Amino acid sequence: MRLPRAFVQTVFGVGPFALFAVLFLVLPTSNLLVGAFQDGEGNFTFANLAGLMTPSVVTAFRVSITISLASAVLGAAAGLAVALALRGDAVPRPIRQAVLTLCGVTSNFAGVPLAFAFLATVGRAGLLTALLVRYFGINIYDGGFNLLSVVGLTFTYLYFQMPLMVLVIMPAVEGLKRDWSEAAAMLGASPAQFTLRIVAPILAPNVVGATLLLFANAFGAVATAYALTGSSINLVTILLFAQIRGDVLHDPGLGFALALGMVVVTGVCNILYLRLRAFSDRRLR
Amino acid sequence: MKAGKLWRRIVLAVMALYVLVPLVGVAEFALRMRRGVYSFDAFVEVFGDDRFQETFLYSCGMALVTVVIGVVLIVPAAYAVRLHAPRLRSFVEFVTLLPLVVPAIVIVFGYLRLYGSDSFLPLTDTDTGADALLAFGYVTLSLPYIYRSVDAGLTSMDVRTLTEAAESLGARPLTVMLRVVLPNIRTSVLSGAFLTAAIVLGEFTFASLLDRPAFGPYMQLLGANRAYEPAALSLVAFALTWGLMALIGAFGGRRPGS
Repeated sequence: MRLPRAFVQTVFGVGPFALFAVLFLVLPTSNLLVGAFQDGEGNFTFANLAGLMTPSVVTAFRVSITISLASAVLGAAAGLAVALALRGDAVPRPIRQAVLTLCGVTSNFAGVPLAFAFLATVGRAGLLTALLVRYFGINIYDGGFNLLSVVGLTFTYLYFQMPLMVLVIMPAVEGLKRDWSEAAAMLGASPAQFTLRIVAPILAPNVVGATLLLFANAFGAVATAYALTGSSINLVTILLFAQIRGDVLHDPGLGFALALGMVVVTGVCNILYLRLRAFSDRRLR
Repeated sequence: MKAGKLWRRIVLAVMALYVLVPLVGVAEFALRMRRGVYSFDAFVEVFGDDRFQETFLYSCGMALVTVVIGVVLIVPAAYAVRLHAPRLRSFVEFVTLLPLVVPAIVIVFGYLRLYGSDSFLPLTDTDTGADALLAFGYVTLSLPYIYRSVDAGLTSMDVRTLTEAAESLGARPLTVMLRVVLPNIRTSVLSGAFLTAAIVLGEFTFASLLDRPAFGPYMQLLGANRAYEPAALSLVAFALTWGLMALIGAFGGRRPGS
């Protein structure tokens, strides 16, 4: 019997991809998630999850969520402002193109080199730190600023969060039709009213969705924080990194539980994001 | 209208300031190596370092391998679901989005557990095995980007008509893939490839935890031990990212055949 050609092609096309996904994405991850509920002998246990309740782990999750949320919300607000500023043809084309290119570059300029750039600028010996002291007599470090802190890290993460927001939200912002602002103006709406009553409700699902994406983006970040602070800041990713490297007292069970906790947080984020996207897609059709 | 222009300028100026000041800061820092005068000593040190050359070449090779494996896996899958199995499409799409849900550090932790020393397939025991594992990890990380660009490419061509035309001329599936599909989605594939390269070249988490001699861990190590060289390295990395994004822009705007 000859199999239908479409079937054969589908199997040969999707088969390797599916096999790869199972071997290098699904199995490794599910293996950890199962491991989170097993003790050393493979028996079912909740002991690992109980380990998540220890104060240092709870703090790590709190710090991670704080930084991710702060950088996501601030990044989303700033990115939205930039996208709105670029909307239409109020900004000359070359400038608009330059800004968008810059966004493409800086949203990918994360990790170790980003940490170096911020250390060289607002670190203790940084250029901006020195200039502020020399010309304004302000020492930001006396004022309580510390690059190796929640505030410092949030400030650094914004460097890739804000441009990412611009790129993600730009299509939605460009989707705002010129007719709408004209129609609103004809009906006597002020620009502020138009922004508040028309633009805000239309963009809201996209903005919230993009913010969730930014949150997950920051939550899983390792390199920037590690290069900036070593392991001196208590983030979930840094904690897990140290666990895997065996720098700390090695407790595999806790490692699995940390991984599970991270997947739960980013998973919830992404489910909400997909929901919102589906919702706004439906509404705009 | 005047007020409308003003707020746009303020927003863009603040943004430009925030983005450019750290670049100026790191550039100034990199030039400060020789006491009292600005010099390119830090750059000379970096480029002259054997470890820089080795790790950079290693990561370039990794990026290339990642792109090739990624394209070989994804193009046939995306093509097949589009042509024959539209119902599988949302499944493929879902799988390619998973790496955005599962953080990289969790994936690599899973690798160490599943393919570590005391597993059924101890890939991490040999250099070749660990290199392969790193490449597979990078392919996983880049699934969302490669799939999205390949899918965009397939959308912009008439897959069904072109396939039928080629087949009626006697082309076999492999010929269709290599001589009809790939040339048509060339520009999209390239932009996905450059984005992947931008991610892979400086990647830290996977390379560090799999203990590979890659560029990311090298940068981190240098950062922990030196003062001025890391700043120079940071600028090099920025220039590199810029170059790759510029390539995307250059290729992305051109349609095949033009």
